[in-house]
Amino acid sequence: MERAADPPLLKVHRDTAWSLSAAFVAMVALFAVAPFVVYPVFVMNALCFALFACAFNLLIGYVGLISFGHALFFGWASYLSAYTAKRWGAPPELAVLIGTTSAAVLGLVAGGIAIRRQGIYFAMITLALAQMMYFFALRAPFTGGEDGIQAVPRGRLFGRFDLSDELTMYAFVLVVVLAGFLFIYRIINSPFGEVLKAIRENEQRAISLGYKTDRYKLVAFVLSATLAGLAGSLKALVFQLASLTDVHWTMSGDVVLMTLLGGLGTVFGPLVGAFLVVAMQNYLAPVVGQWVLVIQGAIFVVCVLVFRRGIVGELAKCLRVRL
Amino acid sequence: MLDIFGIPSQALFGQLLLGLINGSFYALLSLGLAVIFGMLNIINFTHGAQYMMGAFAAYLLLQYVGLNYWIALVVAPILIGATGILIERLFLSHLRKLDPLYGLLLTFGLALVIEGLFRNYYGSSGMPYQVPESLQGGRNLGFMFLPNYRAWVIVFSLVVCFATWFVIERTRLGSYLRAATENPTLVRAFGINVPRMVTLTYGFGVALAALAGVMAAPIYNVSPQMGSDLIIVVFAVVVIGGMGSIMGAIVTGFALGIVEGLTKVFFPEASSTVIFVIMVIVLLIRPAGLFGRSA
Repeated sequence: MERAADPPLLKVHRDTAWSLSAAFVAMVALFAVAPFVVYPVFVMNALCFALFACAFNLLIGYVGLISFGHALFFGWASYLSAYTAKRWGAPPELAVLIGTTSAAVLGLVAGGIAIRRQGIYFAMITLALAQMMYFFALRAPFTGGEDGIQAVPRGRLFGRFDLSDELTMYAFVLVVVLAGFLFIYRIINSPFGEVLKAIRENEQRAISLGYKTDRYKLVAFVLSATLAGLAGSLKALVFQLASLTDVHWTMSGDVVLMTLLGGLGTVFGPLVGAFLVVAMQNYLAPVVGQWVLVIQGAIFVVCVLVFRRGIVGELAKCLRVRL
Repeated sequence: MLDIFGIPSQALFGQLLLGLINGSFYALLSLGLAVIFGMLNIINFTHGAQYMMGAFAAYLLLQYVGLNYWIALVVAPILIGATGILIERLFLSHLRKLDPLYGLLLTFGLALVIEGLFRNYYGSSGMPYQVPESLQGGRNLGFMFLPNYRAWVIVFSLVVCFATWFVIERTRLGSYLRAATENPTLVRAFGINVPRMVTLTYGFGVALAALAGVMAAPIYNVSPQMGSDLIIVVFAVVVIGGMGSIMGAIVTGFALGIVEGLTKVFFPEASSTVIFVIMVIVLLIRPAGLFGRSA
């Protein structure tokens, strides 16, 4: 009956693919030049947070679940990577793998508990679970308490590439983050991703169509937690440090801000948001001090009141493409 | 000295008292959250910051205007409640038709702004606030020493909680509120100004938080971050109790305070996490919360 509507839809899809590929190529080109223009550690830091924000966006943008406790996965993966690399002398690829796997396990446990409630309760539960693990990190002997785990060795990747060289490290981080980014893109454009979007739009309807929505939500949560963990593990190697800041609720707030500012449910939004927030914390904090907190809060308020699509969302609307 | 389960009774009752004090604050704050949630359908993330503002209002009134604790107990909630009304009119009223998650994000941002402003002006170190003269000292109950101020906090917060419960569950005004929670459109059709009621409800919830802040000022130091850690625990309390019932919020608040106090005696390492662990257990057994209706 609705056959007539098909051709324009197909056309939109072709445009979409075009705009997304163009943006992706531009982004890769930008990152290839970046370390020669800007301080590489800054770009690596922003890349880690970009992956973290993309992982978070997978939940809020495509399943409609807002987790206020994503620092839990980021922070614990960061701790475990740092610990294995420093105390056991694990090579970087193994340290990252262990950190990421631990985040997946934590995601399974936390997700299993949190998806028992919806909406606002989901946010409060994830926040509370993250706070519980924060107190645990504060007390547990192996996290180093207030000091954290410092001077983590970056080691040699696959025994060959010396990561203490900034550019080698940069290449490693860039490849992993881009792989994570493409993986997320693949998820949201797969049949599985379509079901996630259906759950976001109307969960009751999805249930009535025979989908076990709780299972889909849990898998999405674990995927998101795993990728957040990957970002945390990378961050531990980049800064050679894992600390309480990584598991604190302010970190969870930061990633929400990055995603909201960039654009909820857009492909490139979290990336843009992460770079802006990290730049603000790096370059603005020394100038304005504690005002950064006020500015971040104000951005939240402005975004919610007048700017709910975020930067990339607004841009995409103006250009009438998907970004 | 009397021992109970190998613990000196002094220590046991001391921690129980501390638990009851914390429980008073949990009850007052989760009550405010529940009242606001009922009418506005949002979780007020600014609640912790408003509790902190209450404590600061008491401190500033004493420091710069010379108004004592008893006056602050009335003036501070009114002042902070008024800022709450302003926030509702300026920001929250525009979000009514949106997903409630935006209310959470907006109030989270406001909490950051408020905490950041106070940190700029007062630093992060705490400032002491004297216990009012008439409540200094304490009495020996034979099995423990009871400071007068702490006894006052417990009794007064119980009175405030039950007064709130009475107004909402047993008066005409309360019945309007409950009706507007169930079906705002219908209540408006009866000629009741629902938007104004929503605004005043938010102001009242905020005033409760500020009242808790004034009461907390002499017990904990007055500091900009005193609210942010507390509010996360209160969220867990709210998840455990479920936000459907006023009495549920009160009972859960006090009960969890006591449980936390007892944990400090028997298993001190777990005292900061026990409420979160209870939350997990409750979610596994009764996902809607102890007093909640399944949503």
